[in-house]
Amino acid sequence: MFVELREVSKRFGSFEAARKVGFSLAKGTLAALLGPSGSGKTTILRMIAGLEAPDAGDILVDGQSVLGLAPTRRGIGFVFQNYALFRYMTVFENIAFGLRAQKRPKAEVRDRVAELLALIGLEELGGRFPAQLSGGQKQRVAFARALAPRPRILLLDEPFAAIDAKVRRELRSWLRRMIGHLGITSLFVTHDQSEAIEVADRIIVTNGGRVEQAGEPIELYRSPATPFVARFIGESTVLSGYGGLRGFEGAPEGASCAIRPEFVRLFAPGEPVQFENSVQEGLVEGLAFRGDALEVTVTVGGFSLATGYSLERPPLSPGQAVKVLIYRLYAFDGDRAVLVGNRLLANGGGGYNFQI
Amino acid sequence: MGAGTRGASGGAWRPNPVARTVLIVLSLAFAFLMLVMPLLVVVSQAFGAGWEAFWRAVSDSFTVKAAKLTAITTVTAVAANTAFGLAAAWALTRYRYRGQGLLTTVIDLPFAISPIIAGLIFILTYGRLGWAYPFLEAHGLKIVFAVPGLVMATVFVTIPFVARELIPVLAARGTDEEQAAVLMGAGFLRTFALVTLPHVKWALVYSVILCAARAMGEFGAVSVVSGHLRGKTNTLPLHIEILYNEHHYREAFAVSAILVIASVLVLAARSVVETVSRREVR
Repeated sequence: MFVELREVSKRFGSFEAARKVGFSLAKGTLAALLGPSGSGKTTILRMIAGLEAPDAGDILVDGQSVLGLAPTRRGIGFVFQNYALFRYMTVFENIAFGLRAQKRPKAEVRDRVAELLALIGLEELGGRFPAQLSGGQKQRVAFARALAPRPRILLLDEPFAAIDAKVRRELRSWLRRMIGHLGITSLFVTHDQSEAIEVADRIIVTNGGRVEQAGEPIELYRSPATPFVARFIGESTVLSGYGGLRGFEGAPEGASCAIRPEFVRLFAPGEPVQFENSVQEGLVEGLAFRGDALEVTVTVGGFSLATGYSLERPPLSPGQAVKVLIYRLYAFDGDRAVLVGNRLLANGGGGYNFQI
Repeated sequence: MGAGTRGASGGAWRPNPVARTVLIVLSLAFAFLMLVMPLLVVVSQAFGAGWEAFWRAVSDSFTVKAAKLTAITTVTAVAANTAFGLAAAWALTRYRYRGQGLLTTVIDLPFAISPIIAGLIFILTYGRLGWAYPFLEAHGLKIVFAVPGLVMATVFVTIPFVARELIPVLAARGTDEEQAAVLMGAGFLRTFALVTLPHVKWALVYSVILCAARAMGEFGAVSVVSGHLRGKTNTLPLHIEILYNEHHYREAFAVSAILVIASVLVLAARSVVETVSRREVR
């Protein structure tokens, strides 16, 4: 593994920012540290960079501990949340800064900066000052500046937070393409699950200073290991005491679970009902248009569940009786989440089979 | 419906015309009586007997010596406090440690302490009765009633100027850019010179100007440690006092005019700096 954290802990006063954090990244991976604010993800990033020192544990890059290395010598490219471009220097000077700090020959500096300006598509703007750039342009410059000295690892702190929603989507795919093209091992921090899922090859979910789960985006979605991941990744409704749901009667008293919208299937009056003996009666509580489908809230077994409903199917209205089938759910067992299928279905709720 | 109609009906807020006139007249009259007129008197008295008399007073050898001494103390004090101010502002905004609050308070001390006490502190420390005197005596050093004492008293009085101006600017800028520089391999000096200094450039120039103005005119603390040795330890303000006490009014006013003109130049420099720095907001 190229980057490896071993039981890294850090506390600020009484606040535990990192508790025995451990994960590893293969060379060339683009990974996301995903978690709510205060979950310790930025602290982890800053410890890898050397801007904070861990209280315990070890951080290895390419098999060697970097804790004894000053930030200057770790070979880290860092993109700050607000970019931290040097505002009294031009774009050219910003990108050249790291190379000049390493006392590279003038010609090399000039060529490398020109190469990076071309890479980020801002060849014409080398003479501008940061204040004369748009948010997206600033981000590209920050990216180029971090890459200029050819770092071993690229770290990005909330790289899209300061950009408006429209440009953000564009930049996400741009950054993904760029990093893929360069093949540099990268780790970015985000609190936005859709951003992590879209951009990263690998996601490390943090919560309360701990790593909840690490894996490929689809793996986290399909088999969340903890109740937190089940709730945090993807949409889901969390219920407590779900034994009243048909097919899940054996549930322990008061146990909680999470149900994703696609786990719930509605049959409108008049529609042929599959798995006749596995369904139960429900009432349509509300309908909301979600652009390409309806989101239906349905009351079943005393709970409110949300699910998608195609516009092509028979119309529904609030107060209408429908049949509801729940294929499966994530049952919470202490700090674990377990996929449980509807036991009345022939194949026990079926695997969760979708492929990409 | 025009704005005037609404004003007449009492809908829009309008300054009370009477209050407005009274306030303007009062503040102008006050500024004239207290600030402008006395300064004009100084200048007119200084030149009252013509250029020649003015020149004679100003080119008097004791005056020239006093002016040189003032220049020396001012330059030294400004240099010392610029170095200290930068270091203190950096130390207070870039690191966290115990005693930070104490340093902040200590920097402000000279603002709160009367200059005469500032002077006495040096007499009591380095003077004939001071604890450091035997050591100084043994090494042939003179501080009190000598130039080093004047410089030290001036430094003391002007300590807060640079640090106080830089601390809020540095604090507001944050440390991201400096961290970015360090991660790219820049050392402390490069980071300081290329990243930090440009941020505080104008605040620094501005505070140096104010510090110089204050150092030039310092009277109280300097008066205590000077010993009033004519041609040796008299700065311009002290020289003016002596001339005045000896009833050489015309000469006193002429020398005062030098300080007044210097102050006006400093104020002009200050407003130029303010304008330029405001224009350069990138």
